Amino acid sequence: MLSIKNLTAGYEQSVVLENVSLKVLKGSVTAVLGRNGVGKTTLMKNVIGLVKPIDGAIEWENEDITLLSPEKRVQKGIGYVPQGREIFPTMTVEENLLLGFEAIPRKVNQSKILEEIYDLFPVLKEMLHRKGGDLSGGQQQQLAIARALVGQPQLLLLDEPMEGIQPSIVQLIREVILQIAKEKRVGVLLVEHNLDLAFSCADYFYILDRGTVVAQGDVAETNKHEIQPYLTV
Amino acid sequence: MSILITQFFNGLSLGSVMLLIALGLAITFGLMGVINMAHGELIMVGAYMTYVIQQMFAKYLPSSIDYYYFLAIPVAFFVSAFIGWGLEKWLIQYLYHRPLDSLLATWGVSLILQQIARSIFGAPNVAVLPPSWLEGGVNFAGIVFPYKRLFILLFVLVCMLILYFYLNKTPAGRRMRAVTLNRDMASCLGISSRKVDAYAFAIGSGFAGLAGCALTLLGPIGPTIGTYYIVDAFMVVILGGVGKLIGTIFGAFGIGLVSTLTEYSTSTTMAKVVIFAMIIAFLQWKPSGLVSVKTRSLD
Repeated sequence: MLSIKNLTAGYEQSVVLENVSLKVLKGSVTAVLGRNGVGKTTLMKNVIGLVKPIDGAIEWENEDITLLSPEKRVQKGIGYVPQGREIFPTMTVEENLLLGFEAIPRKVNQSKILEEIYDLFPVLKEMLHRKGGDLSGGQQQQLAIARALVGQPQLLLLDEPMEGIQPSIVQLIREVILQIAKEKRVGVLLVEHNLDLAFSCADYFYILDRGTVVAQGDVAETNKHEIQPYLTV
Repeated sequence: MSILITQFFNGLSLGSVMLLIALGLAITFGLMGVINMAHGELIMVGAYMTYVIQQMFAKYLPSSIDYYYFLAIPVAFFVSAFIGWGLEKWLIQYLYHRPLDSLLATWGVSLILQQIARSIFGAPNVAVLPPSWLEGGVNFAGIVFPYKRLFILLFVLVCMLILYFYLNKTPAGRRMRAVTLNRDMASCLGISSRKVDAYAFAIGSGFAGLAGCALTLLGPIGPTIGTYYIVDAFMVVILGGVGKLIGTIFGAFGIGLVSTLTEYSTSTTMAKVVIFAMIIAFLQWKPSGLVSVKTRSLD
């Protein structure tokens, strides 16, 4: 379980997040919703460790990871798919995927894991020897998610994974998110600004506005219209 | 015709020496972006290591003195790599993203290393006797190709292949490329960029040692041998395009060939002038060097 306690964070002098508390359970999808610029990506960067919090704590599996470096957190089972995908453009698809294994310090059966990944994203298998930068946006997004999954995470951080992608691939990514949560018991923290998309795969939601949590609840028990006002620009 | 072939061969030979001295710098400066003025002194360390090994063979194993070179190569590599590793660990890691400070600090280190060499080996140049199997040359169609030059060509080729293999086919090389391309993302995949930096710097320094080892075949060595080559090495890397090893290869052979050909038709001084003028003009036209990174980036 990921537990964020009273997190206050930001860059240099400006505070972006204030007193945010949030939980992500294994095997469930937790969505963080909010308009642009409310601090969703900053939250993700704090969880993975690229930005260090000003105050508050981040706990993963009952261990305080607030001060750990990103690579240590990744090796403890946290996978990260950043906004903008950030695949390595001059490396092949295969090399990008192999880098995912860096998250697992011990020896693993690499080919078995890769086969599972190709089942989820068949297009990657056809593109193995293409450069990552030559892929289309949707393919790059699949590669970025696949690369994180290669590391066998128990918590997956997805920062707007469906932004600017064609509907058929949005559908595929949605199914993958549901599948890894239900079958592999992975906790998913999904940042999204589209309410319908978020509600179509999340179990629980938080809404951020101006850096604080303004609403939260079970997706099944919540009426979308009630929270729509927080998201309309 | 034979003059043309000789000139071409000389150009290749000069290019291969340029490439060898620039190879290590292509890693530390090209890939990591550290301006390491002590790189030339790491070349010097490699050269002196070769000298030491040769002296030791002459004293203790005179019967197999011909083979000292095969021990000198790994020793030169590892001693330089070790010094480079220490340099990174105790100095340069604090100066990443501060190019001016690292330039000054490493220049200081270069002076220290020179003085240490002077204290140990004396100020005058020392000569390393090349192994006897490198004496002479191949006589082909009336043109003599010296073994030493051929050996350096081969040596560079092997170094390039090893480096290529390391970078492209091993997990450690893959980590290094990932950190070079996107440091934050690499660490978000579980790669320790600190460790990768240390390794990369050690390897780049090790290649400087190899260059020093090869340079002993071409002439006497001294405490300041590094300063003769450091400017050329930076020139090759910048001309080739920072961040691309293939550019360093083109840069080295380009400079080598152009400078021998102009040297033949004019003079040594003139050739230097022509080369510098051409590089300045070229960089006005293509500021990122011969090979620039081209890719379709989406975000």
